[in-house]
Amino acid sequence: MLAKRIIPCLDVRDGKVVKGVNFVGIKEVGDPVECAMEYDRQGADEITFLDINASHEGRGTMLQVVKETARHVFVPLTVGGGIRTLEDYRSLLRAGADKVSVNSSATKNPELVKAAADQFGSQCVVVAIDAKRQPDGSWHVVINGGRLDTGLDAVQWAQKMARYGAGELLLTSMDADGTREGFDLPLLDAVCGAVDIPVIASGGCGSLDHFSEVFEKTGADAALAASLFHSRELTVTQVKEHLASRHIPVRH
Amino acid sequence: MLAVIDYGAGNLYSVCNTLDYLNIPHTVTADAEALEQASGLILPGVGAFADAMAKLGQAKLVEPIRQQASQKPLLGICLGMQLLFETGYEFGTTPGLGLIPGTVERIQAPGLKIPHMGWNDVTLRRPCPLTKGIPTGSYFYFVHSFCANTPPEFVSFDTEYGQQIPALVTDGRLVFGAQFHPEKSAAVGLQLLRNFWEFTRERSGGTC
Repeated sequence: MLAKRIIPCLDVRDGKVVKGVNFVGIKEVGDPVECAMEYDRQGADEITFLDINASHEGRGTMLQVVKETARHVFVPLTVGGGIRTLEDYRSLLRAGADKVSVNSSATKNPELVKAAADQFGSQCVVVAIDAKRQPDGSWHVVINGGRLDTGLDAVQWAQKMARYGAGELLLTSMDADGTREGFDLPLLDAVCGAVDIPVIASGGCGSLDHFSEVFEKTGADAALAASLFHSRELTVTQVKEHLASRHIPVRH
Repeated sequence: MLAVIDYGAGNLYSVCNTLDYLNIPHTVTADAEALEQASGLILPGVGAFADAMAKLGQAKLVEPIRQQASQKPLLGICLGMQLLFETGYEFGTTPGLGLIPGTVERIQAPGLKIPHMGWNDVTLRRPCPLTKGIPTGSYFYFVHSFCANTPPEFVSFDTEYGQQIPALVTDGRLVFGAQFHPEKSAAVGLQLLRNFWEFTRERSGGTC
């Protein structure tokens, strides 16, 4: 049976792991290669690196981090942050990334998703969507760490990205992110029901029960968390043991 | 020495990283002569069946691979595994390498997402040199929309995703194919690659 995936996310700046709460107040917590190896030992099903300064600098540093990680970690590796061109895709894949995730650049240039899927295959094209609830109950796609509302309807955007060849969606709730009150179940429900590609749930988890809840109550295929794992409040192993005890299929 | 066949349709970096990590000597090549000199072959592959066969044809590798596969171990990975069969039905009908009887068809999994992507557990059907130390219930990483349709005697591991999917196949002699990505399947994936190397070394009398 296909296992539900647990994906630790490492926010990387200048070759170091950082994690901000609601994307402000960033502080350093370690070496990304070491962290990735530790998560691999804990049973992480994938590792995600988010290059949080890629829009400005440090792209070369990130390629080195990816290269070094790919030599020591043998689970799928996803890299996101600041990807704008097919050349960005190519260099990350060559460095050893298995999937490349695009966020704001997809909203500015949706054709990039189509071209990347054509050239490298949908399996390596992840579209990250940051969604924020609107007064009318719908969700809008926001970019730049939530500062800019694109006006795009998140569910329709998810469908469009699936049509354009995205292999997977990384869906972050900007309302839940940083709250530790649980994943945004209504948002996940709405998107999972609208597309037939895998959806990774992100934002809001703060306890073991939040992980079982998201798999029991929505169609999410994977759950991603960052600070919960960095802070060592929970290990991936603990999350998987909890899920297995609730009869949710996990790799063990 | 293993030859990792480079025909422009595979992400070779991951495979090579893994072989490096395991200290398995290898060379990346598109040269028929290098295939002759190698003691075992790895055929990776990402993309579509028809396109990959066309690329193998352009590189003039179809006959050399077929020939070498009767003399030394060959491991196809993902699309490389699918190419081992007789016919592919992705974007029309395309002849494959024909090293294992069977066809390659779209996965029939009503109500499930396609591609079949993620970690799935395998069931041991027929032990082969590559399954050593890997029990039923082991999880491997899969990403594919098409799968092999082959008689049970060629299936070592299978997995379930709406249907029974051959996960590790072999002709019972020298040809092996993994539908999953051993190079992305953590400890059991490393074990499978180590098994392939051990088998290759034994075959060549430990001289490679």
